[in-house]
Amino acid sequence: MSAASPIRIWDIPGGIHPAENKHQSTQHGIETPPLPKQLILPLQQHLGARAEPAVQIGERVLKGQLIAEASGMISCPLHAPTSGTVTAIGPAPYPHASGLEEWAITLEVDGQDEWTELAPITNYRLLEAATLLEVIRQAGISGLGGAGFPTSVKLKARPEQKIHTLIINGTECEPYITADDSAMRYRAEQIVAGIEILQHILHPEQVLIGIEDNKPEAIAAMRAAVGERSAMQVVVFPTKYPSGGEKQLIQILTGKEVPSGGLPADIGMVCQNIGTLLAIHDAVLLGQPLIKRITTLTGDALSHPTNVEALIGTPISHLLTFAGLQPERLYRLVIGGPMMGFTLQSTAAPIIKTTNCLLAGTQDELPPPPPAQPCIRCGLCAEACPAELLPQQLHFFALGKDYDQLKRQNLFDCIECGACSYVCPSSIPLVQYYRAAKSDIRALDLQQHKSDHSKQRFEHRQERLQREAEQKERDRQARAEKAARLKAAKEAEAAKPSTESANSDSASAEPDVARLQAQKPSGLSPEQKQLKIAAATAQMALKKANKQLAANPDNTDLQAQIPELEQAARDAQEAFDKAQGEVATQPTAEPSAGADDAKKLKIEAAMLRANLKKAERAAGENPSAEQQAELAKLREEAEAAEARVPATATAKKPVDENLKKAKLDLAMARAAVKQTERELANNPEDAALQAQLATQQHSFSAAEQALHEAENNSPIPPPERHKVDKKPVDETLRELKTNLATSKADFKRAERELQAAKDADTDTAPAQEQLTASRAKLDAAAKAFADYMASKETD
Amino acid sequence: MSMILTAVLVLLGLALIFGAILGYAAIRFKVEGDPIVDQINDVLPQTQCGQCGHPGCKPYAEGIANGEPINKCPPGGESTIQALADLLDVEVLPLDAEHGEEKPKMVAYIREAECIGCTKCIQACPVDAILGAAKQMHTVITDECTGCDLCVEPCPVDCIDMLPLPTTPQNWKWDFPLPGAAVIATDAQRGAA
Repeated sequence: MSAASPIRIWDIPGGIHPAENKHQSTQHGIETPPLPKQLILPLQQHLGARAEPAVQIGERVLKGQLIAEASGMISCPLHAPTSGTVTAIGPAPYPHASGLEEWAITLEVDGQDEWTELAPITNYRLLEAATLLEVIRQAGISGLGGAGFPTSVKLKARPEQKIHTLIINGTECEPYITADDSAMRYRAEQIVAGIEILQHILHPEQVLIGIEDNKPEAIAAMRAAVGERSAMQVVVFPTKYPSGGEKQLIQILTGKEVPSGGLPADIGMVCQNIGTLLAIHDAVLLGQPLIKRITTLTGDALSHPTNVEALIGTPISHLLTFAGLQPERLYRLVIGGPMMGFTLQSTAAPIIKTTNCLLAGTQDELPPPPPAQPCIRCGLCAEACPAELLPQQLHFFALGKDYDQLKRQNLFDCIECGACSYVCPSSIPLVQYYRAAKSDIRALDLQQHKSDHSKQRFEHRQERLQREAEQKERDRQARAEKAARLKAAKEAEAAKPSTESANSDSASAEPDVARLQAQKPSGLSPEQKQLKIAAATAQMALKKANKQLAANPDNTDLQAQIPELEQAARDAQEAFDKAQGEVATQPTAEPSAGADDAKKLKIEAAMLRANLKKAERAAGENPSAEQQAELAKLREEAEAAEARVPATATAKKPVDENLKKAKLDLAMARAAVKQTERELANNPEDAALQAQLATQQHSFSAAEQALHEAENNSPIPPPERHKVDKKPVDETLRELKTNLATSKADFKRAERELQAAKDADTDTAPAQEQLTASRAKLDAAAKAFADYMASKETD
Repeated sequence: MSMILTAVLVLLGLALIFGAILGYAAIRFKVEGDPIVDQINDVLPQTQCGQCGHPGCKPYAEGIANGEPINKCPPGGESTIQALADLLDVEVLPLDAEHGEEKPKMVAYIREAECIGCTKCIQACPVDAILGAAKQMHTVITDECTGCDLCVEPCPVDCIDMLPLPTTPQNWKWDFPLPGAAVIATDAQRGAA
């Protein structure tokens, strides 16, 4: 029996005794407000990842139906609190200190309150812990005490650590709040049933139900409900703020401290809130997900302060109206208690799973804080701090934004209870400093994390690019080698017949080698290329038409087209062949310059070497006298050919250098001119810049001249020049182009829509109209573009 | 005489022993790479934006290690300059305006209706934060975007905007109390009257 074996209780350091103000809201029991017209269900009502909507706009949902799924390990699903229709999924008012909106599912209530099919578990003792944890997770239960950590995750936070003590937090130490108090008074049986479920999951040695001694009715009700259960004990301890903090309660009940930065599970304990136990009871024994909670409505601005069992998502304004809000008396609306709560900016926001209290205070009740005065280093804050921190030091480091020192002073062990601000004779808003410093440090950590991540991604990308470039280079080399081998082999073959039968008319027979040479990269003049392309496209068109004809042979248009296309393809091919024939007879006969000579000699030498090798291989180990003689001859020839090569090859080098230098000079001169032009654009008045530009332009034209000379002097034929417009695209042109592209897209869309309208047999008039409009727009854009281009040409 | 000789020999012996120890330590505990460059690189914001004139943060870190000024990083802004100054024990310089000014954190956003699928922005992105393929619409992975601006220039249809990172309840920060609150009560009353 709990009364027979009183366990020892400890004290926490610090703490304060603010006015309790709890009696106002405990006069009417737990009431149920009428159904609101609309529910706003934020997707983030818990710590962790935002839930993912699982319903569509316009869908009708039933009470208890899943409407958003947990997305990830630390997340919580969300259920419809009543039946109705989903009207919106998007940013909506949200009860948060920032006043910012958050993604939410808005539900239009239909008033029928129709349940979905539930699956209550009658005998959970037959189930395994993991199954029950999954039930709790699927019911969307997160801590109802205030932090909102997903309960199933909390229960198995340290799977390797045996939980020997389960602590039930019925402390509710904040002034004004009586939600847990009334739950214990009127729902004690359900709470104890919830504790038994947790006992079955965790198998703790003892269960301690901690209640402050200012709630005699709750203590009596809980003692009665616990009855003769030996493993459960109701522990009563003196009232002091903030005994209800998880770590503080553990210290009071067991004398043990949770390590800094650790969890209660690290010392074999788990702490659960009264409201969470009720939710677990509903989820397991009734099969109902978490869709309602007990919330305290209090404050002097309400004429009927009370506790309500409200649906999650009920707009705060609805609840306040139920509790008799007197708007003229309302000075500040606080969510949570007066010590740790935050001021709400809009009553359109809903209550969420963690909202345990709405405090509508008058100006007398929640006066504006007096202006802060300088710290007098009295040390009262340090005496009040339940976490044994040094609030004064933290304050000064936060003022100086010395985040390293703040971390060293264990800022993150601060539970933001507000005891230090409460006792401060200088009314310094200490907690606000700590909260700001904490969020700054978190943001910096996040930034550091992100920059590390970016660095990694950047490095991986660099590696990948390098790998790709290397691979490309290797492929290119392999291809070049292969091509060289093929070419050498072909030429060797071609050389044989030409030496053997030199008098046979090789040109007219058009042997492979002639073709090959004609097709060498430099062999095709631009006109020939064009002809070739024309021939190829004509062929393609012909093939396409044939294919289409095969698909629908009745098409007379196509049938008429084909002969035309055939003729066109033949013409193009002929033109190309003719052009090619000219080349084939022309260039190979008379190498024009020294560079070509050197190349030819090289090729000859290579060919001879190849022949020699082949002959050697053919001769094998023991060559006959005949073969030896031939080999010797070939060797001689090859050596002679090689001896001729370098002399001519080296002769061409310096010329090449000159050309290169001239080109480089030109490029540099161009860059200089451009640079100056840019500078000049910034300050057009600068005379020095203008002079500079003139000289640079001069040197540019000189460089151009030099290049032309070098090109003329160079024995290498000038490369084909593809004139590319290197000028940067100017603003107007870009705009025109974009305009043209978008109007084209619009036109196409209109066409598609028209087609769709035709297919669907609906009224095509609007689509037709749209099409005409977009065509006009397209024409206009095309015209503007053409005009602009024409004007550019004339410039 | 023998005393002097003994002393000299003892000192010589000691010198040899310590020399051997130092030589061994130099080989045994050799540090690969240049640790200061890595430390500087960790401080830089890793946007890889190239506003400092280097092709990425690491090259700038190498530049700083070789004596370049520490004030060429606009994305890092004052806090990075402060951190670099602390790390290198040099004086804090104001941000060099030539390389740009400190702006709030931005992310690139592609107006998807206008994207023509040219992949130019994908090639420009230093951290592979843009997703898409040729002739397919592209989009920016907001979480990976460093806000470096490098994708804006290559876009032929100018459909990339740099937007400031929106404030959400998740990344919202508590404000520090206003410094103006620290006035004495009588003054505040006089001001109100």
